[in-house]
Amino acid sequence: MKFTLAWLKEHLDTDASLSQIGDRLTMLGLEVEGIEDPAANLAGFIVGHVREAKPHPNADRLKLCTVDTGLEILEVVCGAPNARAGLKVALARVGTIIPETGEPLKKGSIRGVESQGMMCSYRELKLGADHDGIIELDAKAPVGAPLASVLTFDPVIDVAITPNRADCLGVRGIARDLAASGLGRLKPLTVEPVPGRFESPLKVRTEAPEACPLFVGRYIRGVKNGESPQWLKDRLTAIGLRPISALVDITNFVTFDLARPLHVFDADTVEGPIRARLSKPGETVAALNGKTYELDGSETVIADARGPEALAGVIGGAPSGCTERTVNVFVESALFDPRRTANTGRKHAIESDARYRFERQVDPEFARPGMEIATRLILELCGGEPSHVEIAGHVPDWRKSFVLRPMRVAQHGGIEVPVDEIERILADLGCSVAEHGHGILVSPPSWRADIEAEHDLVEEIIRVNGYDNVPAVSMPRLAPTTRPVLTLAQKRRGWVRRHLAARGLVECVTWSFLSEAQAKLFGGGAAALRLANPISADLDTMRPSVLPQLMLAAGRNADRGLADCGLFEVGPHYAGDRPQDQAMMAVGLRAGLASGRHWAQPARPVDALDAKADALAALAAAGAPIENLNVFADAPGWYHPGRSGSLKLGPKVLAWFGELHPRALKGLDVKGPMVGFELFLDALPEPKARPTKTRPLAKLSPFQPLVRDFAFVVEAGVLAEALVKAAKSADKNLIAKVEIFDLYEGKGVGEGKKSLALAVTLQPTDKTLTDAEIEAVSAKIVAAVTKATGAALRG
Amino acid sequence: MDNPEQLGEAVLAEIAAVADLDALDRARVGALGKKGSFTALMKTLGSLAPEERKAFGARINGVKDRLEAAIEARKTALESAAIDARLGAERIDVTLSPRPEAEGRVHPISQTIEEVTAIFAEMGFTVAEGPDIEDDFHNFTALNFPPDHPARQMHDTFFFPEKADGSRMLLRTHTSPVQVRTMQSVKPPIRVIIPGRTFRCDSDMTHTPMFHQVEGLVVDTVTHFGHLKGCLIDFVRAFFEIEDVPVRFRPSFFPFTEPSAEVDIGCSREGGELRIGHGAGWLEILGCGMVHPNVLRNCGIDPEHYQGFAFGMGVERLAMLKYGIPDLRTFFESDLRWLRHYGFLPLDVPTMAGGLAR
Repeated sequence: MKFTLAWLKEHLDTDASLSQIGDRLTMLGLEVEGIEDPAANLAGFIVGHVREAKPHPNADRLKLCTVDTGLEILEVVCGAPNARAGLKVALARVGTIIPETGEPLKKGSIRGVESQGMMCSYRELKLGADHDGIIELDAKAPVGAPLASVLTFDPVIDVAITPNRADCLGVRGIARDLAASGLGRLKPLTVEPVPGRFESPLKVRTEAPEACPLFVGRYIRGVKNGESPQWLKDRLTAIGLRPISALVDITNFVTFDLARPLHVFDADTVEGPIRARLSKPGETVAALNGKTYELDGSETVIADARGPEALAGVIGGAPSGCTERTVNVFVESALFDPRRTANTGRKHAIESDARYRFERQVDPEFARPGMEIATRLILELCGGEPSHVEIAGHVPDWRKSFVLRPMRVAQHGGIEVPVDEIERILADLGCSVAEHGHGILVSPPSWRADIEAEHDLVEEIIRVNGYDNVPAVSMPRLAPTTRPVLTLAQKRRGWVRRHLAARGLVECVTWSFLSEAQAKLFGGGAAALRLANPISADLDTMRPSVLPQLMLAAGRNADRGLADCGLFEVGPHYAGDRPQDQAMMAVGLRAGLASGRHWAQPARPVDALDAKADALAALAAAGAPIENLNVFADAPGWYHPGRSGSLKLGPKVLAWFGELHPRALKGLDVKGPMVGFELFLDALPEPKARPTKTRPLAKLSPFQPLVRDFAFVVEAGVLAEALVKAAKSADKNLIAKVEIFDLYEGKGVGEGKKSLALAVTLQPTDKTLTDAEIEAVSAKIVAAVTKATGAALRG
Repeated sequence: MDNPEQLGEAVLAEIAAVADLDALDRARVGALGKKGSFTALMKTLGSLAPEERKAFGARINGVKDRLEAAIEARKTALESAAIDARLGAERIDVTLSPRPEAEGRVHPISQTIEEVTAIFAEMGFTVAEGPDIEDDFHNFTALNFPPDHPARQMHDTFFFPEKADGSRMLLRTHTSPVQVRTMQSVKPPIRVIIPGRTFRCDSDMTHTPMFHQVEGLVVDTVTHFGHLKGCLIDFVRAFFEIEDVPVRFRPSFFPFTEPSAEVDIGCSREGGELRIGHGAGWLEILGCGMVHPNVLRNCGIDPEHYQGFAFGMGVERLAMLKYGIPDLRTFFESDLRWLRHYGFLPLDVPTMAGGLAR
């Protein structure tokens, strides 16, 4: 919402400076988005006095002027037709920045004659469009004075109006807020009805009282529509509106001045009576913007005997619009339902100043006064003779009143405002206030539909009294020391995140959505999880897995020359649209080489066990009981079927890991090898609750552990885990650790077989083992492994 | 009978002359071994008269002690020389690169949320969370957005397809629905912050379709607008780690709070560089207000007895301002170069005791 300082002062009597007004507007919640002050551009410009204007020796159209600056005499070459001796001009000297170009003026030579300055037009100073000649200042302007001190400027203020403040979509509403805050006095606005001289030949009806409760109209005959006077054109131009004709300009002016949208029909183009009614499906309106809209029955229209003439409260119709030939007009000032107006505007994608105001609710009491103000302006600028006012419907009941308990101001607002100041503020905002048993009975004015209850009044008082005046109070402590606040799930996320980062993975945050085709590769793509209005087709479906986004990210990094990378994300995936369908995941991805080319070690591509290591490390970091996990060689279809697995606790899957399926890589257009894991953080069991943080006593044996190696030959299909478990089970007290340190398949072990070498650590706890005891446990290990897996000790 | 001293001198000379540990050992064995010259000499003691035996024995032992000391000294010298000789031949090129170790990073969004959490934890706020896919009630209606209200349109909501019953799910446009879920499930007093993903159908230089917010909610019987100011001023100063950064509360409008405010912090833009602190400019960083009585009522809390405030802020914006990250969109590009540059080391856990950031 834009307006000029002079316009504001039509409503507000104030001595405040522009910057004071700007600051106060912002602190009233009418946020200043910009103040355009033309005077700010005029540094260095002074009043010059043209002493002499001679013809330029080398050019017919140019003049050579002698200009007095008060301190010196300059020679200035000028092409303006009105440059003449005796003129007081706006003078730029060398170095002065010319607003139109933003460049400092340079000394120049024009057609062989040096020019030591420049006499400027309005356009060159960005003070207007006029470029027909140089500015002619008042003859009494003192020579050498700063230009800004002799020109009168009208700075333009642009404020952002929040949706609740429909009243501030007119300059008067803004002035009222400023006055209430103590920055001046609101000037009275008196609206004398204009007496009608005849019965309007056009009658009005409102046939949809919900959509249009009140329709006020007036016929004015014998007008002469032409250009608006300069003051009106200036107002509109200043706020970015294009002056069109006096009749149209008047409606725009009243819209911005008083937040009262109006419409003027060329009365000779309509056939009475004029009706406000709902549209009929299939009807059309040819609008003022040149477009034709087909209606569906939901819109409010202003129709004459032939059909819809305007989309009520949104846009007028072209055939009934005013032109320079218009002689008889019909002025409309009506009330339209905010919701219906908003829906109509949205459905047909029409933005207009009228719609903007009607959908935020206009002052219901001001339809009639608005009509009178418009009538006066039309009579004043276009002449003519007014009819009696035509009224259909009535002003809907807007009156309400409620009790304000003054103590609520301090209770909610944190500041004591004296009762008489509370009453003063409310009265200045237009409320009527009266004593009431335990408080103040307040009736808000017709233009403040947003004030609906006591709490709205508290807000108004705190706001107008100034947020700055409310003393800041730190939150009282709830406990003498800071208590931990995170839940187990929240802490686990943090542990996993920092642990994965410590393992060299880089954390990403990626979109929660991807394309439907991509989602389908990872078991998703259900219709219920497709966005109805996606930002683009490649982001239209909720992700069923975090992996594809990480794979795409790795692909983009590979394109930048960073093919070997490890990424992870701790974030959600979505199996459905219910809250319980969203799962919190920790997902990691490694691509390219696990260890890159290096002089000291061979390059090695990533493999499924890298992903397994990440998954196990993350599970351990989260505090999952990893010693109880079972590993299975199964994982969903986006993993390599032979190089992937799952980590389960009982029947519950805690994680999948493995090499990504070539089909998934191809579907995402990324290059492998890539391995990854998906960890279901929500599936982790809660640890047993413990009353203290005490740890179990460390049992550290004083006896030296010893390691015995065993090599077994087994069927190739036997899982390594089976041998390890069997070996461990041979003597649970003595065997501390079993590790596989060699795997061999090929010559010497036979077709379809493999050799696995186990290192078994024996940890005696009460005495050193004798050779016989070692032999005995070794035999038990061999027996257990053989029995469980059919393995044979390798000779 | 040999003279032990003479014999000793000869052995000492031999020890001094040996070139390596083997030769030294041979010399030792030759003198002190089972068949050594001194061992043989000792054997002669038995044939001597007792007085002579004592004196001669003492002489032999004296010389033997000297020999043993000399052998030990020579051994140490030779070992040291041998080590010097071996190490002299052992050299690596110390300019070679060590074996590479991958270095991970924590994303600035995660780090910022942890920082915010650390500060509000000091003020007794717990952390609440809720689903990204929401219904109209939690995202709008309960938060006092009337149907068809312009404020609703301002939210650029992502919708899912309409269901058979005419309802449709949406992606939450703010984390405020979790306020509603919290108030429905927890009795006041309430102090929570709510970090999480949020979504708006908007994508340009300064908007991404997904971003993060931290919402805050306090409900009790006494918290007023002055507490709102104090809480957020304390937060802003702790977060930016600038003790005296100016903070301004401007009236604004949100359907779910009243009075509402937008909060600006002071900054200077001198020389084209944005610096937070005292200066001519203001930067908007969050929105807040006293919880609207309708919202309390919609959540089953009596606004005659309970009151409080709520606030919401963009996590990426906080990170951008604090760490000077110029472009919102880069947070979601997963560019390793960016992540390594703006990301945080895994052990840099923000704490109030140690400072939030290095």
